[in-house]
Amino acid sequence: MKKDTIAAIATGMTPSGIGIIRVSGEDAFSIASSVFLKKNNEKLSEYEDHKAYYGYIHDKDGILDEVILLVFKGPNSFTGEDTVEIQCHGGILLMQRILELCISSGARAAEPGEFTKRAFLNGKMDLSEAEAVMDLISSKNDLAIRNSARQISGSLFEKISSVRKKILHELAYIESALDDPEHYELDGYPEVLSEKLLEMLRILEKLSDSFDDGRMLSEGVRTVIIGKPNVGKSSLLNILSGSERAIVTEIAGTTRDTIEEKIFLGGIMLHVTDTAGIRESDDPVEKIGVDKALAAAGDADLIIMVIDSSEVLSCEDEEILAFIRKNRKKCVILLNKSDKGKVIGPDEIACYTSDPVIVISAKEETGIDELKKYITDNFASGYIKYNDEIFITNARQKEALSEAVDSLLRVARSITEKLPEDFYTIDLTAAYESLGHIIGQDLEDDIINEIFDRFCMGK
Amino acid sequence: MTESTFTENYDVIVVGAGHAGCEAALAAARLGLETIVFTVSINSVALMPCNPNIGGSSKGHLVREIDALGGEMGKNIDRTYIQSKMLNVSKGPAVHSLRAQADKAEYSRQMRMVLENQDHLTLKQAEVCELIVEDNSVKGVKIFTGGTYYSKAVVLCTGTYLRARCLCGEAITYTGPNGLMAADHLTQSLIDNGIEMFRFKTGTPARIDRRSIDFSKMEEQKGDEKVVPFSFSTDPASLTREQVSCYLTYTNERTHEIIRENLDRSPLYSGVIEGTGPRYCPSIEDKVVRFPDKNRHQLFVEPEGLSTNEMYISGMSSSLPEDVQKLMYRTVPGLENCKIVRNAYAIEYDCINPIQLKHTLEFRNIRGLFSGGQFNGSSGYEEAGAQGLVAGINAAMYCLGKDYLTVDRSEGYIGVLIDDLVTKETHEPYRMMTSRSEYRLLLRQDNADLRLRRKGYEVGLISEEQYLALLQKERLINDEIQRLKTTYVGSNSKVQSFMNDINSSQLKSGSPLSELICRPELDYFSIAPIDENRPDLPDDVCEQVNINIKYEGYIERQKRQVEAFKKLESKRLSEDIDYSLIKGLRLEAASKLNMYKPVSIGQASRISGVSPADVSVLLVYLENDRRKNV
Repeated sequence: MKKDTIAAIATGMTPSGIGIIRVSGEDAFSIASSVFLKKNNEKLSEYEDHKAYYGYIHDKDGILDEVILLVFKGPNSFTGEDTVEIQCHGGILLMQRILELCISSGARAAEPGEFTKRAFLNGKMDLSEAEAVMDLISSKNDLAIRNSARQISGSLFEKISSVRKKILHELAYIESALDDPEHYELDGYPEVLSEKLLEMLRILEKLSDSFDDGRMLSEGVRTVIIGKPNVGKSSLLNILSGSERAIVTEIAGTTRDTIEEKIFLGGIMLHVTDTAGIRESDDPVEKIGVDKALAAAGDADLIIMVIDSSEVLSCEDEEILAFIRKNRKKCVILLNKSDKGKVIGPDEIACYTSDPVIVISAKEETGIDELKKYITDNFASGYIKYNDEIFITNARQKEALSEAVDSLLRVARSITEKLPEDFYTIDLTAAYESLGHIIGQDLEDDIINEIFDRFCMGK
Repeated sequence: MTESTFTENYDVIVVGAGHAGCEAALAAARLGLETIVFTVSINSVALMPCNPNIGGSSKGHLVREIDALGGEMGKNIDRTYIQSKMLNVSKGPAVHSLRAQADKAEYSRQMRMVLENQDHLTLKQAEVCELIVEDNSVKGVKIFTGGTYYSKAVVLCTGTYLRARCLCGEAITYTGPNGLMAADHLTQSLIDNGIEMFRFKTGTPARIDRRSIDFSKMEEQKGDEKVVPFSFSTDPASLTREQVSCYLTYTNERTHEIIRENLDRSPLYSGVIEGTGPRYCPSIEDKVVRFPDKNRHQLFVEPEGLSTNEMYISGMSSSLPEDVQKLMYRTVPGLENCKIVRNAYAIEYDCINPIQLKHTLEFRNIRGLFSGGQFNGSSGYEEAGAQGLVAGINAAMYCLGKDYLTVDRSEGYIGVLIDDLVTKETHEPYRMMTSRSEYRLLLRQDNADLRLRRKGYEVGLISEEQYLALLQKERLINDEIQRLKTTYVGSNSKVQSFMNDINSSQLKSGSPLSELICRPELDYFSIAPIDENRPDLPDDVCEQVNINIKYEGYIERQKRQVEAFKKLESKRLSEDIDYSLIKGLRLEAASKLNMYKPVSIGQASRISGVSPADVSVLLVYLENDRRKNV
């Protein structure tokens, strides 16, 4: 059942002083009551129109933030419905966490442009604005679709698709047996399905965890730090992530070759891969690492090459520079260790490439601001706007994922309660649809097509 | 064509007397309209040119719904069945499906008698060759022999006869099914009137002489001991006919080898067949090609009737040449010496793109013109009957100036069928399936009367007496459910020992009877011994009570979904909207919407290519429009 109270982060998703989470719909106040406590730790029971309340947002583990809660009773609100606005501290993770809390308390993530749509449908906007509203809805949706497509990493897409495929197969099997019971039997099938459900749930629950730490998102500027060993790549990464760190995740199992981090720099999300040092090698394991580094650089939006300016260019450096020139990616060359004796400067690099060169010292943290400025100048226009939508999309996807898990659990319950097999299809279909929302695919005629493709039916 | 000045006048003209045409003609005549029904052969009224049965999964539901609305199909199969089975009884009530083997000749003869004896109804053998349309309204038809028939409404139910051709290997005949005359002239007139045509294909297996079959090598399939009637008006006690058996056998690798060796001689694979065939009833050559890993396919050998030795070989339709057919059928256990009475063949025919129709089955662009059945791109006797009934009723309503009958997706399979036909892109003959219904738990075969009798009464096909009986049934069901929810049994020794006896866990405290019914191992019937004040109720009432209590959670959930669905259905879209002028709609959506002209936001949302964002834009557009008109 589609919930009718919607929630979204109303301020941009750039780190700023104050963030606003807006909740609108008939359950707005009851949702607020379950996430908000007054200063004296009491629940808010009376909601006075146009009043501000000071207190805390809390989850089951305790207080998340100090906030101001603004109350607007319908029809005297932007949307014309009961609305609360939670003004919190503007950290991105925090805003996201509060949004998710509202969702788990009964709201759903708003569709793009939905607040405005409701405002219009509830007569809060002028007729002359109708066209603008329709434009906004479609443009915001276009953006959201583009974003969610970019946001879903290949592996997330694959995992969701594979679970969907499994569900579809089961659905088609059950339907075939219902449609042609003299041909396909369901004897012993509940036990088989139980096993398969466990497997699907295991995959989805793992995915759900990774949604929490943002591991699966591939949003942001894909950035690769590259250079031969010991030129200071890791210290650079530490400085960058230490200053405005948002989410830091190590991808397990890949540490030998690459480390990935998400870093907020000047309002831009960088998805940084720190590659293994590149060195000509005969060691097969190390050789793989080097190939991976170059492959990662080939996929990147931005390459940061680090060179030790206290030594002469080695053949490894030259190889990387040649690679950069050949690949024509956006690239910035950092001459590190300016604190040590300088052997090479920007002029030497200019012989190899026309990419900008910045002199830095990772040890003394100089030149970092220049690097930030370079990144902001080159990526801000395209990415800041896009970042606004990221987390709301993420929240929507997470919600869909947990709905899918709930549906599969209900199938499992139907099996234990010995309900007839056709009941399984109700929740299997729901799970299939929820997962489809994550990767932007509808149900359409999938089941029927699968029946005909996989099962031989008919007279 | 002969020139003739001969004319006649009717209210409603029905073209075709197959399963759709019979329902359409009977409905119109029973509603008091002077009706004439044309058929190319008077011997082919309600002909069953393919499988010898009525009903089956989801199709059985359709027959029940036809009956609830006041149609004839259910009554006719009750008169003429020779075996009956309720399918899926071990599964949930939503997928229980009734299927009966018919005596084909008897089915046709009985239906013809009903038509012949119906007041206001004329049955005539003639080929309709031209549609008369003036000012976008239908005026009547011309027949090939020259006469002109004027009418207020026309219902086209031409089945598989339009420009039909049958293929059996290299042999092609330009006939309808069973060698009957094809109707070659009407298509051009339809095209001239701006109707978009499709060409579809279907097929049928061979019929084999019963005396040449060795049944000892097959598995016998008997009917149910207790036969459930299709019609709500048939008294179950009256159904005491002796039943005949069907037989199960299988193809094998040798069959498949023969087919593979001769594929190049199949018109399907040599490119001779132009029409699109259905995936749900593939020919045996299709099955062998598409499922190479299956080393056998199941076949049912079914009697065609009591007065014939012909047996229908279900599962083995084909368009291979007759010499190959003879070889391949003879590889099947029990068919080693079989004699083929009629060859298997494929048939191609003209039909329409059904998106030209409204939910009333009237053409959007030609007033008074309705259509039903295979002509609309469906397949199956039951699908045809259902559409024919709706088209016939609405042709009558059109003549009478009364409200049209529509059934929506939450009310019946008929609603799903018609909505799919007019909303979805059709690429093959459409067959009903329970998985096509999103509210299947509510659309059961057991409650078709509760869902649709009221509508049948409103249009005038259900009598006052039947309607009062329905109201009484509803009352009994509701009262009994109420009673069970408010009647508590205590945890006394009688109850506990009963629970013990039926292996159900003991009661810890008093519990309403309804909660006991919800236990997986119990139901309404099994708890009778501890339900001391149970009233004596008819079987069909008890069944409803049991289902509604036992599956209440799921049923309530689907009812909430239906509410949401109805909300969107009630937001009506005018036919005059030019979607290309609505800002914010994506190009694809605008062009699809202009093509389909949906009647509601709900229907718009089901058109492939219309996104949720487009639906939002439409909602804003509607609101804007409403406020402008205030």
